This record gives sequence, structure tokens and C-alpha cells, in this order.
Amino acid sequence: MKQTVKVKPSTNEKIVVDAKGKDTKQLNEILRQLVAQGHTHIELKNVFGQRYIGTDLRKPVQIDIYGTPGNDLGSFIEGPRIVVHGNAQDGCGNTMNDGKIVIHGHAGDITGFAMRGGKIFVRDDVGYRVAIHMKEYKGKKPVLVIGGTAQDFLGEYIAGGILIVLGLTLKRDEKHRANFIGTGMHGGVIYLRGNVAPHQLGKEVSILKLTKEDLRELRAYVEEFASHFHFDSEEIMREKFIKLLPLTLRPYGKLYAY
Amino acid sequence: MKTLLPPEFKIIRDEAKCIKCQVCVRQCGFEVHTYDEEEDVVLSNNAKCVACSRCVKFCPTSALNVIKNPLSYRENTNWRQEVIHDIIKQAETGGVILTGMGNDKPYPIYWDHLVLNASQVTNPPIDPLREPMELRTYLGSKPDQLVIKGKHVKTKIPPQVPIETPILFSAMSYGSISLNAQLALARAASEFGTLWNTGEGGLHKELYKYGSTTIVQVASGRFGVHPDYLYAARVLEIKIGQGAKPGIGGHLPGEKVSSPVSRTRMIPKGTDALSPAPHHDIYSIEDLAQLVYALKEATNYQKPVCVKIAAVHNSAAIASGIARAGADIIALDGLRGGTGAAPKIIRDNVGIPIELAIASVDTRLRQEGIRNRVSLIAAGGFRSSADVIKAIALGADAVYIATAALVAMGCHLCQKCYTGICNWGIATQDPYLSKRLNPDLATQRLINLLRGWSLEIKEMLGGMGINAIESLRGNRLHLRAVGLTQAEMDVLGVRQAGA
Ligand code: SF4
Ligand code: SF4
Repeated sequence: MKQTVKVKPSTNEKIVVDAKGKDTKQLNEILRQLVAQGHTHIELKNVFGQRYIGTDLRKPVQIDIYGTPGNDLGSFIEGPRIVVHGNAQDGCGNTMNDGKIVIHGHAGDITGFAMRGGKIFVRDDVGYRVAIHMKEYKGKKPVLVIGGTAQDFLGEYIAGGILIVLGLTLKRDEKHRANFIGTGMHGGVIYLRGNVAPHQLGKEVSILKLTKEDLRELRAYVEEFASHFHFDSEEIMREKFIKLLPLTLRPYGKLYAY
Repeated sequence: MKTLLPPEFKIIRDEAKCIKCQVCVRQCGFEVHTYDEEEDVVLSNNAKCVACSRCVKFCPTSALNVIKNPLSYRENTNWRQEVIHDIIKQAETGGVILTGMGNDKPYPIYWDHLVLNASQVTNPPIDPLREPMELRTYLGSKPDQLVIKGKHVKTKIPPQVPIETPILFSAMSYGSISLNAQLALARAASEFGTLWNTGEGGLHKELYKYGSTTIVQVASGRFGVHPDYLYAARVLEIKIGQGAKPGIGGHLPGEKVSSPVSRTRMIPKGTDALSPAPHHDIYSIEDLAQLVYALKEATNYQKPVCVKIAAVHNSAAIASGIARAGADIIALDGLRGGTGAAPKIIRDNVGIPIELAIASVDTRLRQEGIRNRVSLIAAGGFRSSADVIKAIALGADAVYIATAALVAMGCHLCQKCYTGICNWGIATQDPYLSKRLNPDLATQRLINLLRGWSLEIKEMLGGMGINAIESLRGNRLHLRAVGLTQAEMDVLGVRQAGA
């Protein structure tokens, strides 16, 4: 069903769309039309599980979401800046190429799967298999910052980019939830704040101390995180971080008989 | 460790004919031939020979031949020579044995047990030289019904992609094959009116101009997948599995990730390109539906989405799930499907023959009344136009060819694609080797192959008294079985010849 939208002449102003009763296809079609008309700031109210929000809007538009967006929020995006004033579900930022997603709450499984560029900030916890197969290429370096903790298989097969887990939702002495962190890791870097036992890490990672340069890089992203959610970045930075790197860029190089 | 592996092949050089021009020395990337200046003699190291025939075909005096090493062990049906050699190889390396191309084991080839019908007396054959013959095939989901009001079709028809012959080029990634090889496939597909497939290695920027005849793959590693890539394509293909290695991921070794390959895949040079076995966002049919629609939303419903799976035991049920997940096309890749690199044990033992898979999938989709929702592309070792037409009679809409296309370009099936050395300039990124493949000539050879097969298909169709390939699809009465068991005939839905 084709949905048409009436618009006010000025497109700089924020336009509000009520997502109530609209299915995924209708909502995305409305977004496409609004962006084609030149809108740069869209607020979606009453979002209720609609998927793929923002997916093919290849412009740096701002989308504010109230309610709960469905799976694959911002999949494949290249440009939009999406702010969720609540929780996100699974697959947020799937294969995203550029842009920014800020989540004022939790995010589900496979957040940041195969992302190649852009940034995702999650205030609280994330689900399983987060940041699997994140990768980087030249100028493109994805950044995923998780304020809380993550479930198993965090950063599995990670091939590039920066994954930061702050552990802010953990109690004192409580360990991170994830096991198999960085299994199959062959690129990128993971910075972890908070306790993790060695058995929680994958076989393919090495644990290192942060260098001055690492700290500078980390601080910049922590400050960006803190500014979104009104945390004190200094306090976050006071605690110890560990850095995980792949032992080799070719973890499975010796598997074969030629 | 001293190797106990004997050479597989033996080079026979006719010294009387050899003029010591050293063409063979230069042609062999495996460095089999060397020239000894002092002795003025050309020598060969049999142990390195892979029987690719490059030197044999380029020797100006026909002085060379390559034969199987006649070495004999005591005869033993169980402990064949290949079995012994594989054990030796693993005892020496402790690794997984890699190989290239498709399954070479003597499983039944059902195509060779199916014969086609022809018209005699009661239903006259059609002469394709005089009468129009329609091979054009539309790939895409067909609606359950058409609502027509006046002169207008009211039903919204999902995107359809016409191809002029029911033959497409199957996925071969840049990385596994050279850019020249992909360029030839892309050009031949464009000129002939069919499609080629990028595989999972991204789309090289020089090939974007062939976008309207390109199928782009989205595989578990998501290499080179970004909005421009999706927009450029005519069809989007989610690769779940591949006939040569069902159930396992892919692995492009770091040595093959040269700068241009790294640019197209969008990963740093020299790192392994690891494709996990599953898509980590697909653990169920519902998750598959989510990715199907993610791709549709990302391209505004303008392109059909294909899902490619390896033919395995439950293909029929899986295919039904795929159709219900919203895919427009299903590609089924059988036991004999080729590859650039796969563990030999998997290539030779996992999956089912494509003939059985086509029949069971087509039957199942018909039983469920959803056959129209998807086009079915069959793949896996199609050798001739006869295999193609039999596949269509069994129920496929079209077939994918890859090995046959490579052979048309010069491949001699040496199965060494995984080494990165291909003396025919196809499965290599070495500039010295890849420039051997002249893309103009390769394009012409591919077009010739498509033309030859298409003419033959028209002849066979005409012989059956049919003038459009559409009318043959799933028409298994045009097939009869010779030398098959009742169980096999039941799965194939084909009657005994003569009965
Ligand atoms: S190519 Fe033929 S003639 Fe030339 S050196 Fe080799 S074997 Fe001799
Ligand atoms: S593509 Fe090249 S390496 Fe692979 S089988 Fe053919 S000739 Fe051999």
C-alpha cells in the first residue's frame, strides 16, 4: 500500500511521524519519502517492533525513535544518525557502513554484526554474538561502545574495528557475562573494563596492557559515550582496562595440507 | 621430513622433437620444467606436476605429454592409491587435505540414466531453424493469481529478470578467480542476455558497469557488502551453502588477499578472509526471512532475492521454508558443484546429487501449492545442454554453470585452484599468470558455449514438439529412466523407459 505524506514547506524543522498501526514496509516507505523531500530530522513516535528502520536512507538524517524499534534497526545504513530513546532489539546496525546509532537502554543479540563503519553506543547491556565479524578497511573503522556487559560470543571472528565494553551495569567484583570473548579474532581491538576470568576469553586472543596511544584513542570514545548518556568519563577512565588483540592475523593458517 | 609421496604424473619429453625453446619452463607456474644451461637440456620434476596440460598445449613442437604415473601398488579395491596417498600426506602434515573443483568420485550421474522423448508421427516435431523457439526465462516470484481489469493487469507483479537462455554463470568470487576471468563472465553474460554472479568477494569497481546483469552475493562474511554493491546488482543472492562444501564456511587464505582483492572485499591486505559456517544473524527460517526482507528494504523492493543452499537430505523442506521466507529465487547446488578451495573430505562426501534434489524440491513445492512463488536454479556439475534440458524437465527454471564456463575459458580441471597458482590464468591473482587469460578471447569462448548449448536445447525442444522452454518445465513425462532402481525413479518422478 502506498503511503503519501503531507509536509510542511520547511524541511529543517523536526517532523514527527506517528508509527502506530504502520507496518515495517509502510514506515520505511514514509521515511524514504520524507528524506526524498529533504527532511533532515525525523521523530518517530509509538514505534512498536517495525524492522530495518533507516535502512536505505543514504543521507545524514537524524532519526529519533520513541518506543521499541524491531530487529535490524539501521541495517546496511550509510549516513543516518539514529537515536533510540529506549531499548533496541536484535541485529541493530547489521552490516552498517557509516552513520551513528545511540541507544538509551539495552540492545539485543548480534548488535553490530559485520559492521564496517560508523559508531554504535549502547548505554546498558547487549545480548549474544555481539560485534561478530566486525571488520575495517582503510578509512573505515567501526566503533561499538557498550556501557554494560554482553552475553557469550562477544566479538567472535572479529576482523577489525574497535569494540569497547565498559561494564557499568556490573556490581563490584561481578564478572562480565560473556564467555568465548574474541573466539576466532583475527583483527581489530577489544577494550574491556571490569572483571573477566581468563577462561572467558577465546583461544585466539592475547591480553595486553594499554599503551599511551591506546588510552588516548579509548578516552575519546569514552568521552563521546559519556556525553550521550551523561556519565562522568573521568570516573569511567579511572578504572583499569585490558586490551585484547588477536594472537595472529591468520588463526587458521596451519590447518591445511597442501 | 622426507616425503613418501610419489609423483602423481609423469612428463614424457620427446628429446628428438624438443628444440629447447623453454616455453614449458616459462609456462609452468609450478616450476616443473627447468633449463640446465651447462648441459643444454630441459629437465622436469615430475613431483611438482599437476597435469594441467599447459605445457603440453603450448609446446611448439608437440614434444611433451603428461601421463598418469604408472607406479603400481598391489591391487586393492579398498586401499586405492588415492587413499594411501592421502594418508601419507596427512601423516606428513597433520592437516586437512584441501582441493579444488567438484567431487570427482564415482557417484551415480543420474543425467546419464535419463533419456529424453521425441515426437514421432502423432505429434509432429518442430524445426527450430524455421520456427521461433523461446528460451527466454523470467526469474522471480510469480503471483498466485492475476487480476485483470479491462486491458490492465491489476496485480502487483514482483520484480522479474528475463534471461535469454536458461543458463547463468554461477558464483565465483574475485579472489578465487582473477579479475580477467570475472570480466569475461560479466561481458559474456551481458552480451548474451544472461547473468553472472560475483560470489562473496565483493564487486570490483571496473565491473560495476555490468551491474544490470550481475547477481551479487551476501554471504556470512559480508565481504564487500555495502549499499552501492546492493544497488548495482540485478539480483541479490544470500549464500547459505555451496554444493562443494555444505555446512562449512569459506576461507580465503591471506596470501590470496592482494591489494586489489583487499579493496574489493574491503578487508586489510594479507589477512585471512574467514566466512563463518553460519550467518550469525540466521539461525532459523524466521531469521532468514529477516535477512531476505532486510535486503528488500535496503533496495526498496526493486530486486529479486535469491537464497542459495547446498543440496542436502532435507532440501525439500528447507526449500519450502525459503519460499515462505519471502525469497524470489532458490538456487540449489548439488554434490558435484565446484569450488576454489574445500576440504577434500567434505567435497567428496557431503550433500546429495542435484538431480534428486531438483526433483524432490519441485515436487514438494508443487504439493504445497507454492511452486509459483519461487524460481528454481539448479547447479552442480552441468556438463552439456542435455544435462540442462533434463534439469528443466525435472523441474528447474534454469541452471547455473561454473566449471563448464571455466573449461570454456581454458581450465583443464587440475583441481589446484586452492594453491593460487593457475597456469591457465583463471584461479590466480599472480599478475604474470592472470594476464594469460585474454578477456576478449575468453568472453568469445563463453558466448560460443552459451550459443552452442542454446542451439542444442532448441533442437531437442523442437524434437519433442515443444516451442518454448516454459512448456517443458517440470514436465517429467518427457524423461524416461534407464538402469535405475524403482526407489530412484520414485524420487525422480520418472518412469522406466519402454514401460
Ligand atoms: S616447450 Fe616443448 S620444445 Fe620447448 S623446451 Fe619445452 S618440451 Fe622442449
Ligand atoms: S581453474 Fe586453473 S587451477 Fe583450477 S582446475 Fe582449472 S586449470 Fe586448474
